[in-house]
Amino acid sequence: MATGTFAEKGADLELVGIQKRFPGFTAIESLDLFIPEGSFFALLGPSGCGKTTTLRLVAGLEEPTAGRILIGGKDVTSTKPFQRPVNTVFQSYALFPHMTVLENVAFGLRRRSIASPVEKAHEALRLVELDHLAARKPGSLSGGQQQRVALARAIVNRPALLLLDEPLGALDLKLRRQMQLELKDIQTEVGLTFLHVTHDQEEAMTMADTIAVMNKGQIEQMGAPEELYELPRTAFVANFLGQSNLFTGQVSGTTPDALTVALGSASITVPVARAPRRSGTVTVGVRPEKLTLLTSAPVAEAGRNVLGSGRVVDVSFSGVSTQYVIAIPGAGDVVVFAQNMVFGPVVHVGAEVWVSWAVEHGFGLEDAPDEVAAGVHDAAVAAGLDDSGFDSEPALEKA
Amino acid sequence: MAFTAFSTPTSTAAEPAVRKRSWIALVLLLPGILYLLLFFIAPLISLIFTSFQQPVIDGDIGQYSAGFQWQNYTDAVGQYLPLIFRAFGYAILATVFALVISYPMAYFIGVKMRRWPLAQSLLLTLVIAPFFISFLLRTLAWKQIFSDEGPVVPVLKALSVLPTDGHITGTPFAVVFGLTYNFIPFMTLPLYAVLERMDVRYIEAGADLYASPWTTFRKVTIPLSMPGIVSGTLLTFIPAAGDYINASNDFLGSSQTSMVGNAIEANFLVLQNYPIAAALSIVLMAVILIIVGIYVRRAGTEDLI
Repeated sequence: MATGTFAEKGADLELVGIQKRFPGFTAIESLDLFIPEGSFFALLGPSGCGKTTTLRLVAGLEEPTAGRILIGGKDVTSTKPFQRPVNTVFQSYALFPHMTVLENVAFGLRRRSIASPVEKAHEALRLVELDHLAARKPGSLSGGQQQRVALARAIVNRPALLLLDEPLGALDLKLRRQMQLELKDIQTEVGLTFLHVTHDQEEAMTMADTIAVMNKGQIEQMGAPEELYELPRTAFVANFLGQSNLFTGQVSGTTPDALTVALGSASITVPVARAPRRSGTVTVGVRPEKLTLLTSAPVAEAGRNVLGSGRVVDVSFSGVSTQYVIAIPGAGDVVVFAQNMVFGPVVHVGAEVWVSWAVEHGFGLEDAPDEVAAGVHDAAVAAGLDDSGFDSEPALEKA
Repeated sequence: MAFTAFSTPTSTAAEPAVRKRSWIALVLLLPGILYLLLFFIAPLISLIFTSFQQPVIDGDIGQYSAGFQWQNYTDAVGQYLPLIFRAFGYAILATVFALVISYPMAYFIGVKMRRWPLAQSLLLTLVIAPFFISFLLRTLAWKQIFSDEGPVVPVLKALSVLPTDGHITGTPFAVVFGLTYNFIPFMTLPLYAVLERMDVRYIEAGADLYASPWTTFRKVTIPLSMPGIVSGTLLTFIPAAGDYINASNDFLGSSQTSMVGNAIEANFLVLQNYPIAAALSIVLMAVILIIVGIYVRRAGTEDLI
């Protein structure tokens, strides 16, 4: 066999009309996705949304029921996993227990007859700061160390496309932050294409250039992290990626620039450019940190929405900020995040308050009114599951 | 290991709780230790004594007295060396064949059938089903099948695979076949036990790291199933090396296929030459111990977690 070489650079990944059915359920209904070379792409979604299945399809570990997979413009749909220029960091690590850490890392290099595999493996281990454990067996390493070995074992191959399946799940917060930055560095440095699957929205936003939010086997919305956060298109995205206050009401007036939605006796104005649905019943929203909490009725002001008065029903202090929940008649419960500019909460439960926000911070949803509740529900369920650690899989048990 | 279980705490002395536990360990181990002493160590010592006995001058056939006759060993080995070699040759062949046949079977049941536990149990039952019928009866049945009037020989003769005056029974083929057939369940079960627990994600990881299915099998699956391979081959090889049923005249063998087990049987039961039989038994045991020791060391299973 000829001496192998590394991929020169990352490759595009294109999924065309992918569908995946398992006996009894459909994991992916219909998925089209284009990931340009050299990008850091995150597939974000709750467990069971089809993101891991998507990853396994790209790796070749599952075969799609329909559709095509192209890597670097080449159709790889019918090729076997070992023939694809792809490496995976498995959620369960799947480190070979009978080999040393070094041999684990060198495994892929040896299979492709890459020159001096041992030196390259050591180099990769130095990158994840584990070279001193090269002679150990994976079974004697901690979960976090195993995860870093798994990472080294994949990136050492310099694949055109690196697939990451919740690769940082078992790390503690500090190491996780550190690894996030390191991963990002490696990606920028080498210019590989990363496809990162995660349920952790913060991780996705920190690391990825582009995020696709998945729910129930479909992509809900795709875009840069800021874009997705500031202009969510569906109730699911609005509540899965951070939190949102959503208000549903009838459109009561339109100007070329702004849309006014009646909400009981009050009304909310949203820029037309940020509202895809412009008539009938619509849902509009605003992020909790965009709201200002006022203890006296504000003077009406152009370019600002005001809701109130309402009563504070819950206050929770979290260090940097305080979360207030305010019950406003006609608008429901509104969540406000306020920076702790002074010591402790500004108002207490039972206080009468008003909230206001700049019109340009509002957004409208594409969802039809009947889809909103389902989206909010899905996001709440997903958040609940994440809190209970449902998605995190235990490390491979010793064989 | 059994001994450290209760000897370590006594060395650290002092703590009464630990002492009590070690006392319980001793009580629990006692039946096993007694059993081994009574039914393994004592007969073994007796066998060693027998192997050095000498004939009583002018005594009856089969009458021996205590002695220290080293010659028994040189006589036994000198007389039966070909049988010893044959026994190990056949046993190695049967072990290899049983492994080659059992591995795919165990892999299929243990890995491929994981989604259907019911089918898995059914197939496992089929593997051990032959045990429901006596070992002797099954071997006799094979003798019938392979006999000159049986269904196989005329067909093979018609196909010119077998010469017109050829036989199957009484040939080394029949003996190795019988050994392989009879020990396959002992090979399959330990292999199955390991493969059934093996995490298939290792196989996926192999494929992901550019290893073809064959390379993954060699580099990942085989090493991970090594404990099963070692125990399966030992469970096959050790009894096969001492077997005297398959190779006997009454079953699948002939005088040309006698193994050391047949010689031991003949000396004990027919010739009543107990010292020679005992010496052969000891030699057989020693050789098995040496071979197994080297094998286990080479297989390096102690590394496998």
